[in-house]
Amino acid sequence: MKSTDLIDQASMRSDLPEFSPGDTLKVHVKVIEGSKERVQVFQGVVIARQGGGIQETFTVRKLSSGVGVERTFPLHSPIIEKIELFSRGDVRRAKLFYLRDRVGKAARVRELRD
Amino acid sequence: MAKKAIVGEKLGMTQVWDEDNQIVPVTVLRVAPARVVQVRTTEKDGYAALQVTYGQRDGRKLPKGLSGHYESAGVEPGVRLVELRIDDVSGYEVGQELAADIFEAGEGIDVTAVSRGKGFAGVMKRHGFAGQGASHGVHRAHRKPGAIGQCATPSRVFKGVKMAGRMGGTRVTTLNLEVVSADTDKGVLLVKGAVPGPKGAVVIVRNAVKGKANASGGAG
Repeated sequence: MKSTDLIDQASMRSDLPEFSPGDTLKVHVKVIEGSKERVQVFQGVVIARQGGGIQETFTVRKLSSGVGVERTFPLHSPIIEKIELFSRGDVRRAKLFYLRDRVGKAARVRELRD
Repeated sequence: MAKKAIVGEKLGMTQVWDEDNQIVPVTVLRVAPARVVQVRTTEKDGYAALQVTYGQRDGRKLPKGLSGHYESAGVEPGVRLVELRIDDVSGYEVGQELAADIFEAGEGIDVTAVSRGKGFAGVMKRHGFAGQGASHGVHRAHRKPGAIGQCATPSRVFKGVKMAGRMGGTRVTTLNLEVVSADTDKGVLLVKGAVPGPKGAVVIVRNAVKGKANASGGAG
């Protein structure tokens, strides 16, 4: 147990689903525009999970009008309203950075079937 | 000088989110209630300070002198005695307890501790010298300081020239840190940013004595 766990526990979230690299997620992000708050959905493939504990982050990649967009979220960030697991991916590695060099059909992640 | 101070122990660093959902890097300090063992005054001791202790220690294992010191104060023995220099000790008395709630969130503080020892360090690490080129004919002198003075006049090296040597392990004060939260129940103080010393280091926290926001308090 780390000596700062006492503080971390207060800001850690337990309401998020389990997911791993290769999965496709819908991340519902709170966005503040002026005085209004609304929810934006960022849907894409998880290409990495990094760090541990309160500092853990994950990176989601999607294609937006033909341009690759990646966004890294702190896993326990309060701006995430919820995470929806869209589909599970069948991948063999933890970091899917090879997707960055691929376009079209080759950039797809096979869906996990059991 | 400081108006209030307390002693704590550095637990380590982590992060919290503020009300704008931004990550704030914080150092966690454990601040156990401190008991005043002796009040030092200008008239009697030549300076004003509070001698405090914190934590618990078996009274039977104390040296006789120390145990007598605690006994005459009527205070339960703690792990160590620390002196907190403050301006005005008139409001304090022996046996009084100080807790984390003497500070509040948003307040400016200075934190003092003994920095991590770095051993014998070269000039690049110790004084931030630029060193020399990696290439262009530099021969085995990449991290050397270069010249340390002139030639026949003065034909000596001036005192105080920055050279390699022992680094760290000295008393360091970081000024104008910000209190993120002070929790007396848990006995912790969250401070924005880094604090000198390794984990487990004894740190002294006092209100900030310099800077714009504290100009009125710092004049004293």
